[in-house]
Amino acid sequence: MSRLSQLSAGTTGQLHSLGCSRSFKRRLMELGLLPGTPVRLVRRVAVGDLVEIECRGCHLSLRLSEAEQVLVELS
Amino acid sequence: MSIPDERGDRPALVAIAGNPNVGKTSVFNRLTGSRQKVTNYPGVTVERFEGSLQGDEGVRIVDVPGTYSLSARSREEELAIQTVAGLGGEPLPDLVVVVIDATQLSRNLYLALQVQELGVQLLLAVTMGDLCAGSPPDAASLSDVFGVPVVAVSGLTGEGTGDLQREIRKALGRAPSTSTFPWKLPEALAEDVREITPLLPESWGAATPPRSTALALWSLLSLDDEDELEGIPKELRSGAAARASAPGRDIEREVILARYAHVDHVMAQLKGHASTSRASTERADSVLLHPVLGFALFLGMMAVVFQALFTWSGPAIELIEGGFNWLAAVAETALPPGFARDFLTEGIIAGVGSVVVFLPQILLLFLFIGLLEDSGYMARVAFLMDRVMRAAGLNGRAFVPMISSFACAIPAILATRTMERQRDRFLTMMVIPLMTCSARLPVYTLIIGALFPVGEWFGLPEQGLLMAAMYLFSTLIALIAAAVLSRTLFTGPSVPLLLELPPYRRPNFGAVLRMMWQRSALFLKEAGGVILVCTVGLWLLLSFPAIAPGAEKYAVERVQAETTLNGGALVAALNAIDNEESADQLHNSYAGRLGRAIEPVIKPLGYDWKIGVGLIGAFAAREVFVSTMGLVYGLSEGVDEETVTLREKLRTARHEDGAPVYTPLVGLSLLVFIALACQCMSTLAAVRRETATYRWPLFMFAYMTALAWGASFLVYQGGRLLGFT
Repeated sequence: MSRLSQLSAGTTGQLHSLGCSRSFKRRLMELGLLPGTPVRLVRRVAVGDLVEIECRGCHLSLRLSEAEQVLVELS
Repeated sequence: MSIPDERGDRPALVAIAGNPNVGKTSVFNRLTGSRQKVTNYPGVTVERFEGSLQGDEGVRIVDVPGTYSLSARSREEELAIQTVAGLGGEPLPDLVVVVIDATQLSRNLYLALQVQELGVQLLLAVTMGDLCAGSPPDAASLSDVFGVPVVAVSGLTGEGTGDLQREIRKALGRAPSTSTFPWKLPEALAEDVREITPLLPESWGAATPPRSTALALWSLLSLDDEDELEGIPKELRSGAAARASAPGRDIEREVILARYAHVDHVMAQLKGHASTSRASTERADSVLLHPVLGFALFLGMMAVVFQALFTWSGPAIELIEGGFNWLAAVAETALPPGFARDFLTEGIIAGVGSVVVFLPQILLLFLFIGLLEDSGYMARVAFLMDRVMRAAGLNGRAFVPMISSFACAIPAILATRTMERQRDRFLTMMVIPLMTCSARLPVYTLIIGALFPVGEWFGLPEQGLLMAAMYLFSTLIALIAAAVLSRTLFTGPSVPLLLELPPYRRPNFGAVLRMMWQRSALFLKEAGGVILVCTVGLWLLLSFPAIAPGAEKYAVERVQAETTLNGGALVAALNAIDNEESADQLHNSYAGRLGRAIEPVIKPLGYDWKIGVGLIGAFAAREVFVSTMGLVYGLSEGVDEETVTLREKLRTARHEDGAPVYTPLVGLSLLVFIALACQCMSTLAAVRRETATYRWPLFMFAYMTALAWGASFLVYQGGRLLGFT
């Protein structure tokens, strides 16, 4: 199990759990980021403290502080 | 065509919903043709597009703000459920068309499923089929599996629009649906719904399923002690919050998982496979989101936009100014002299001109914003700038408005519409007017040209350096102000960033141009009135009383001059008398009296009453400072910042004790004041319009004026303490 924030670019895995605030968790899940969903870390942007992820064919970016609370099971 | 049912003469109502970036606007444009109107949703500043079905006045179409879900936390998010379900004063639509992106099928069907739960008539319009790798999902099989009519359309080419119109008419002709709830609730959730349903307000019209079930689930997911929604009964909120936080429960997860399970079930039965190739977007992003290259390209692009706002709009601005001057001249020759003529030429025509003159910059800015948004690059801008802006408490999307406020604050304030959260929008609006807009330029040019040496400093022109320093100063102050305001007034919970990075697409020029025109027209209509009233009011203050006491002496002097002088000497003497008379009139005018009344307040900043009059004029619009100073120093018309005589007048102006009025220190204090004070009625009018309240423009005016006074005081008094003059 790894934190989404620690993955290197190109790593894929399955979402395990989201530990963010209730409303942010709801927003992530409504976009299809559910436990068991495959996810890929596309790119890390060091200057912005952001990561870009791909999930269900959709590309999203979130800050490291939130990505830290997303657990991923590496495949 | 009228639709035969119990609606009678009332037009049928169709709501168009969909995720952001699915081509919903294109579909809306294709359906309504050119006849649409843009307004704002009542109480919030979210744009609301409305039109009627092309060739059919009997079918009204409203556009629902783009959303991933109907659940809501903020007033902006609440609009989607209100429009789709007919709550909060919105009429219940007879049909909801959900626009679906074929390349993002599961996420889009999630929204469609929520609409279906409400039991309203539903129609799916599938777009982007041409972008699918492999075969696009088949409309007929999706219709079979999802149980609603499905039409494939292309926003780009318009293909399928005829089918969509036909299906809309067909659906409206059908009796209101009696659908059942689309998926089976697990027992725990069914129990929650049974508990919550009696708490739903009667006005929601949700006595029976499926509507009652859908709205009960909506309440469970949306309501708790921290939501910002209005019009929710207290028992419903506390009831929903209690169920949602019961031990051992995770209602979000239960509901959303069940919905996605249903969506996945639908997807599994579809013929045709939906996926998309992002190879070209990935390649573009590896450059455009590159930590170094991406920034460089972005800054280059901003430089082009900035330059364009400055220079491309120049000829158009000159043309508009020329046109209004010509109009005023025509009116002047056509009408007899007197109050009515002056009011028409200097009040009304100049006032309307001062509104229309913003149009070129506003149109250009909306064109650029439209292109950035439509191509998908705007999301990357927010991505790149998030870090810098976050340090100042601002949203990454605030960067484009901040940069464009170097040209003009008005379009910049309108550009904050790209931000989703009200807190972010309002905070950005509050600091935008601190950036050095182009209206400050003539004032800076006058003061710097008149009071600072032409010398060089390390081989660079000193005056140019001072000008550049003013730009830097304003940017720094704006960022600091944002940092302070975000930690005091605009605290609120910091919302985590979640950006979708859509694939790059070729912008749809027709839609961009249409959007540009609609947004600009809305601005002209709503802010224009206020700007006009203020300009006319200021003109009245400067023009009355029209005759100062003792003005008879000028008539005598004129007669004297005419009898004793002739030729060039006579013209010069008459001009001098005219100037003296208008200076006298100004001294005695209401604005002049105001200037003298505020003199004690501005004296500690180093200003006299004449500067006070200039500043009062500048409160309508900064550039008015230059022409007002021309009036104050009794120069004839046609004063601009390049007028050498005005510079000379400023340099030679003396206090009664013989000391110069304008020293470099006074100049610096004045520069700081102009840089920081909120001197633009148009900006205040725009903020009033965008925030739908007087509170924020009043606050903006108060804090900026206080900041300007304080900073100028520090500069002037501090400078004197240090021995400067």
